[in-house]
Amino acid sequence: MGFGQLSYDVAHLLAGTVLLLSFLLLYQRRISAVISTFAAQGAALALAVAWQGWAQGAPGLYVTALVAATAKAVLIPLALRALVRRFGLHRSVEPALGIGAGLIVGVGLVALAILVVLPATTGAGALAREDLAMALSVVLLGMLMMITRRQAISQVIGLLSLENGLVLAAAGVRGLPLVVELSTAALVLVLAGMAGFFAFHLRASFASLDLSLLHRHRGERAEAERP
Amino acid sequence: MSAWMPPDLALPLLLVALPFLGGAALAAIPSLRLAALLNIALALAGFLLALGLLALPRGQGEAAWLLHLDALNLPLLLLGALVGLTTACFSAATVGGEGFSPRAGRAYHAAFQVFLGANHLALLADNLGLMWVAIELATFATVLMVALHRTPAALEAAWKFLILCGVGIALALFGTIVLAMAALPFAGDGGAALSFSMLMRVGREADPGLLTLAFIFLLVGYGTKAGLVPLHSWLPDAHAEGPMAISAVLSGLLLNAALHAVLRAKAVVALNPGLLPPGALMMAMGLASLLLAALSLWRRRDARRFFAWSSIEHIGLAAFAFGLGGPAALAGMLHLLGHSLVKSAIFFGLGRATVLRGSQQLAALGGLVATHPRLGWSLVLAMLAIAGLPPFSIFASEFLLMQQTVARMPWLALPLGLGLLLAALATVQAMQAIGLGPPPAAVTLRAVPSLLGPRLDAWAALAPLHLHLLLALLLGLALPAPLLRMLLDAARIAG
Repeated sequence: MGFGQLSYDVAHLLAGTVLLLSFLLLYQRRISAVISTFAAQGAALALAVAWQGWAQGAPGLYVTALVAATAKAVLIPLALRALVRRFGLHRSVEPALGIGAGLIVGVGLVALAILVVLPATTGAGALAREDLAMALSVVLLGMLMMITRRQAISQVIGLLSLENGLVLAAAGVRGLPLVVELSTAALVLVLAGMAGFFAFHLRASFASLDLSLLHRHRGERAEAERP
Repeated sequence: MSAWMPPDLALPLLLVALPFLGGAALAAIPSLRLAALLNIALALAGFLLALGLLALPRGQGEAAWLLHLDALNLPLLLLGALVGLTTACFSAATVGGEGFSPRAGRAYHAAFQVFLGANHLALLADNLGLMWVAIELATFATVLMVALHRTPAALEAAWKFLILCGVGIALALFGTIVLAMAALPFAGDGGAALSFSMLMRVGREADPGLLTLAFIFLLVGYGTKAGLVPLHSWLPDAHAEGPMAISAVLSGLLLNAALHAVLRAKAVVALNPGLLPPGALMMAMGLASLLLAALSLWRRRDARRFFAWSSIEHIGLAAFAFGLGGPAALAGMLHLLGHSLVKSAIFFGLGRATVLRGSQQLAALGGLVATHPRLGWSLVLAMLAIAGLPPFSIFASEFLLMQQTVARMPWLALPLGLGLLLAALATVQAMQAIGLGPPPAAVTLRAVPSLLGPRLDAWAALAPLHLHLLLALLLGLALPAPLLRMLLDAARIAG
């Protein structure tokens, strides 16, 4: 499989789309736009994984693709939107590093990923190597997003996007046995973390953010915290 | 497979399954007292099972049911089960004072058992993917326990823990995938590509570039969980803000399990090292952790944060020792055991002192020897042990490590010695402040809600401390021959 063959080119295109959407995540200024971009990345990831499943003849990957499509393209974005609406989280992103500077650092990270992966993997096939380089770029961009955002919700999206890179890497390796389990387990990690955090945090600290909510919360909190 | 007799299969499986089942049961028990007692019973059963593992044959050989037992994980398992048991006793004595709601109490005990089970699974797993899942589970259980107090500080600590360890664990997964990619062409059947025994067989043929790449990700990823330097900053917060028993198991078990995962990866990658040998990377990270922690120790005011930084220092030392390899790996094993024993002993004593004084600031804990002689002197002894003074085992391992460094890499002896000296001085200073310093102006004795009754409380908090110190003393003075043989085997696997 090499350059010019359909399965190779489409795999590249789809993985490239996931990477491009990572850059878009860094570029967006509004929380709602960030969530939409994340949903689009989930959809692109599902397509990329499904294509790999077809190209490698590995039906297990279809399951991973299905999980990615339902959870990351639909359910998680919906849940995040509901959180933003319900709790009136700050609607605009507050980057610690400017958007332009962030993008430049992002380009540098992609270059780093290519420089690290390509010389190290001369033994592996061309598709696997380049797939790994792109997956590592998505991982690094997700980390960058987590570092340069101050709000909890943006950090969570960064972590989820980083995890997209992991699924992409796992799907690119031909015949990886635990691929379904690993990717779903990673998904569960982030999901449970998110749910736990928001459940605890919003209940505990909302009273101090908005006085009108204080009365409603006080009775419940007093009961919950003092045995 | 057919060579495995039933107990060989059943015992490790039971050891892993029991805490998970127990955790599910504890989640349903509303009475805090009953849950605390059942927690002790479960931990005791786990400890007896772990002792039973000693009778099993341990080989490099086949893995059954994705689990395997060898000289590297057996001592850590025994240690884990022991610290689990003593911490469960200590927890029963102090959980009444944590002020948990019934729901938080149930979550606390369930998470404690799930954490123990995940820790045992992470140590026993033969498949690196399974090991990853287990460490992820352990992360969850501890995040939950750290957040239980729901104060803003506790929430921030839990959030930091979740985000940093999320990144770390994601990097470790990436490393695991790359490792599988390196092994797949040689492993034949895909299912075995992540099995440790298989990796040890095919590691020599695998591509060194891929192996080195995998090791870098695994080291940084699991190193995050072990508290090694670039991503260590979750550790002091998590130690300071969670319930008191958690600090003991965090330092005693989680850091060891994470470092054990790094050691497994190192054993594979060292078969065919590329340009960057894995040992050198570990030594660099270990030394950086040691030096940063040695400097940071001087600026701490909070006692639990102080000892969390001391954990970073000691894990750094162990990583350095394993990186140096050869006889130094024996020092690393001994250091892991000694550190876990003494550090959890310190957290027991500190927990008791915090309950009595109502604050965990170093300044508020002053003069313990005068006000509570038994507790005060025990804590002073434990702190001297952690500072690396003879006759405890940390002195023996640090001495062996120093001697190896001077003999093999003399130019590293200077930074190593400097770090050790600074950290030891800072610890002795804290010991003087806590043990011998002036008591705070107004010592208010708090009435603490108690589950077991005040006399039993004091006993359940102090007996584990004394037991740990005694074991550390034994390890330092006279290492029994079978244990020494086991540790030497472990050092051979890791080093």
